[in-house]
Amino acid sequence: MSAVLRDLDEALAIIADGAMVVVPPEYGGVAMEATRALVRRGITGLHLVTLPASSLQADLLIGAGSVTTIETSAVSLGEFGPAPRFGAAVTAGSLRVLDATCPAIHAALQAAEKGVPFMPLRGLIGSDLVKVRPDWRVIDNPFASGPFASGGDPIVLLPAIRPDVALFHAPMADRAGNVWIGRRRELATMAHAAAKTIVTVERIHDGDLLASEASAAGVLPALYVEAVAVAPRGAWPLPLAGEYQRDEAHLAEYAALAATADGFQRYLERFVFGRKAA
Amino acid sequence: MTAGAFRDEELLASVILRRLGDVRHVAVGAASPIPAIAALLARHLGGGRPFVSLLSSERHNFFTDGGRELFDCGGQGRIDAFFLSGGQIDGEANINLVAIGDYAKPKVRFPGSFGSAYLYYVVPRVILFRLEHSRRTLVPRVDFISAPGTSPPGVYRPGGPIALITNRCVFAFDRRRARFSLESLHPGHGLEEVLDNTGFDFDRPEMVPTTPAPAPEHLVLMREIVAPLLAEAYPQFAASVFGAGAPATPIAGE
Repeated sequence: MSAVLRDLDEALAIIADGAMVVVPPEYGGVAMEATRALVRRGITGLHLVTLPASSLQADLLIGAGSVTTIETSAVSLGEFGPAPRFGAAVTAGSLRVLDATCPAIHAALQAAEKGVPFMPLRGLIGSDLVKVRPDWRVIDNPFASGPFASGGDPIVLLPAIRPDVALFHAPMADRAGNVWIGRRRELATMAHAAAKTIVTVERIHDGDLLASEASAAGVLPALYVEAVAVAPRGAWPLPLAGEYQRDEAHLAEYAALAATADGFQRYLERFVFGRKAA
Repeated sequence: MTAGAFRDEELLASVILRRLGDVRHVAVGAASPIPAIAALLARHLGGGRPFVSLLSSERHNFFTDGGRELFDCGGQGRIDAFFLSGGQIDGEANINLVAIGDYAKPKVRFPGSFGSAYLYYVVPRVILFRLEHSRRTLVPRVDFISAPGTSPPGVYRPGGPIALITNRCVFAFDRRRARFSLESLHPGHGLEEVLDNTGFDFDRPEMVPTTPAPAPEHLVLMREIVAPLLAEAYPQFAASVFGAGAPATPIAGE
């Protein structure tokens, strides 16, 4: 095995308790097998950043008591309803939420990607999000022109988000650690912004993903990748574009069980602690 | 369904279709299956235009630069219409997707603001929809402003709401006056019912028209052309409303 290819638990050892971890949305390649492994390990104190929203992954980690702070634009099970453990944790006061809006999280990670301290973003003025985010600043546009030339034109500045780790699941990587992400370019943004990136993949590609123009355009180069672990069906029960769809029946079962604290514990016993990593 | 009869969802989609007007690009969020019906029908009727981006779809989504492309696109004015909802919506079209009660210790927590605190400002035609029309949802004042209905002069705001569509009626929104007016009542719904179930004040003409029924040819297209497309992006919704099955792809896991 090369240094970049590791088994799952070894790869996940990079994520320490208390780490800031950025994860993709449901449709973007969520590392669910890795998430279950982190819960089995008993990880705590995570600062979870969702780019930009999350579903089962955030709800599961919150319900398991692994998350102290979440920066997100939304946590929801989509067609399966509200995220029950997220809602319960917020109303109980046991979770710190840094409420954001989707493009704010994209932009703050892009700031980190560029190595600049902040990024401006339109919208937001007059939203209560600005009131509950004292780390965001409002300035007057220093380049105001046209109708705003005489002053005004307030604009929000977002501090860069620099995660310790980016964690996601992708279809394949080569043995050098080049990861094929296709059109899911936010995975590249996450990896560029984070200090270290851990990727689980369906399979290893024998060959060089950078060798052809067709595959190279969709590759996250190994430069950014700390560890790759093979985890077949690693996004299950969430989808992986081009590979498999959501497991609708399982998500309905999760929504029903996680509606209560007891039901959620039964879910953990059955599908997290009772199910070994692939 | 017998000819002439229509589902509530089909009526609402036809209202949205009329409201879209002449647009080049319509984007539809993950929680908006009824607007998706309208957008896909508009695309079919226009022979491929407007461009339609269904954010929860792989097939009906042409973005290739990751999740940020939608927002960058909107910031440049390249999205003409979008759809938003809210746990609460008030009479000035402020929307709340965050919480009921005190933000620090809420009674009810909603998912979060999603892209509303940006797209509400930059997309010229935002259509609000809320299928539970009650005093619980349509309130005098939202508890948390995810995104405001209007902005004062001096704030960059090329976009905003044009209408609010509910299960009982359609309201038009006047941005200058920051006020809704009742535009039409859906068949089978009355003015007293709307007054009883709306928590904010609104204007209304002396005679409130009835929301027109969907055109029969549009109903056929919704059921035969649009419903199968919808099943890929909104499988639960498509199955429960149209009985359209999700594509037969093997499911992962156990």
